Amino acid sequence: MREIKSEIIVSAVAELCASANIYIDEKILNKFESFSGEGNEKFVIDTLIQNAEIAAKEKLPLCQDTGMAVIFAEIGQDVYVSGALTEAINEGVRIGYETSFLRKSVVADPVRRINTGTNTPAVIHYDIVEGDSVKITVAPKGFGSENMSTLKMLTPSAGLQGVREFVVETVRSAGQNPCPPIVAGVGVGGTAEKSMLMAKKALTRELGKHNPDKFWADVEDELLHALNELNIGAGGFGGKLTALAVHINVFATHIAGLPVAVNIGCHSTRHKTVVI
Amino acid sequence: MPKEIVFPLQEHIHVEAGEMVLLTGVIYTARDAAHKKLVEMLKSGEQPPFPFENELVYYAGPSPAPPKKIIGSVGPTTSGRMDAYSPFLIEHGLKFMLGKGGRSNDVEKATKKHGGVYFCTVGGAGALISNCVKSCEIVAFPELGTEAVRKLVVEKIPAIAVITSACREDSEKAEN
Repeated sequence: MREIKSEIIVSAVAELCASANIYIDEKILNKFESFSGEGNEKFVIDTLIQNAEIAAKEKLPLCQDTGMAVIFAEIGQDVYVSGALTEAINEGVRIGYETSFLRKSVVADPVRRINTGTNTPAVIHYDIVEGDSVKITVAPKGFGSENMSTLKMLTPSAGLQGVREFVVETVRSAGQNPCPPIVAGVGVGGTAEKSMLMAKKALTRELGKHNPDKFWADVEDELLHALNELNIGAGGFGGKLTALAVHINVFATHIAGLPVAVNIGCHSTRHKTVVI
Repeated sequence: MPKEIVFPLQEHIHVEAGEMVLLTGVIYTARDAAHKKLVEMLKSGEQPPFPFENELVYYAGPSPAPPKKIIGSVGPTTSGRMDAYSPFLIEHGLKFMLGKGGRSNDVEKATKKHGGVYFCTVGGAGALISNCVKSCEIVAFPELGTEAVRKLVVEKIPAIAVITSACREDSEKAEN
């Protein structure tokens, strides 16, 4: 049994909160730099490249909405974390948001709406995996894009066409709100909550990396093409770069169901991972 | 070069939908919670805490200012959440707006009727817009933290006019 002290988790999470919010994903930056468009869309992409440069240079968050901290924690079953793990993660979020001047956007109660002042609690998803390491991904999620999330319990007869139409319609009606060019995280199958969790986790995949199943990899390509025909464009002023990638995660489902969830990531789709 | 528009407006402006502009001068931030309070104040007969006429409201809540910075990142938030309040505020003179995303039919109608303009800037460009801000002062609702109303002096925020009352045949007809 390997022991990992909870203090190590605290500092790792704090560091990930800062770096995810300040430094743009290199794959996304590459997409921006290779973009050849014109007019308002070119202006938006140029602005986003400059924004990334300024953020890195001045250690400012890319966006003022530094999100609710979503954490995926994969805990190796041969690891013993000394101390309270959930408290350690939340303490890391609190320290990361405070010391890096990130915005605290969390209210304690969704109706009574008093800001907790610490950006905690984080939303934490645990997974028990084989091995003796801990893998932590911090994915700060802004609500311009989060508010555009959709879930639909399709029936089996809807088939692939139903899945496609639902994803395209979600992105179409979101329009400019989620800060395009977007990453479309899609979860297909499982149960209602499983599909949404898959959609969220799909946003933490390396940009443009395909689903390992060729069938779904092809669907990702088709959907990316369809989204870029919507003429929403970078910044939402019209154009050809509406989406950077479509990531689909899939799970077995029930004979009576075909759940589909869409969780949209903005043009910064922030996530950083560390393995301890 | 895009046209530079200085707030508070000193004269009538002529911008077309889709036109790129640079926004300069004094502007006021207000988002969800501040909008709710502004409407409550006006409905109970109180004066608004900042002038509305010829002024621009920016839907934004900045991240904290690091040492030696005037303000943190300060990009636009989704304007649609203000749709519930905007027609009422437009009626009371707050008719120039800056944010991101689409607006309701009611907001569009009110904006055009009162000769306002809704501008969009680039969502997620908070660090860049931070550098357009030359001064920042909280003028109302400090208890709201990031959602407090801030008076900003800004230089050349890049934006695109999205809803305008000028140069649109339909609105000209309506005015005639």
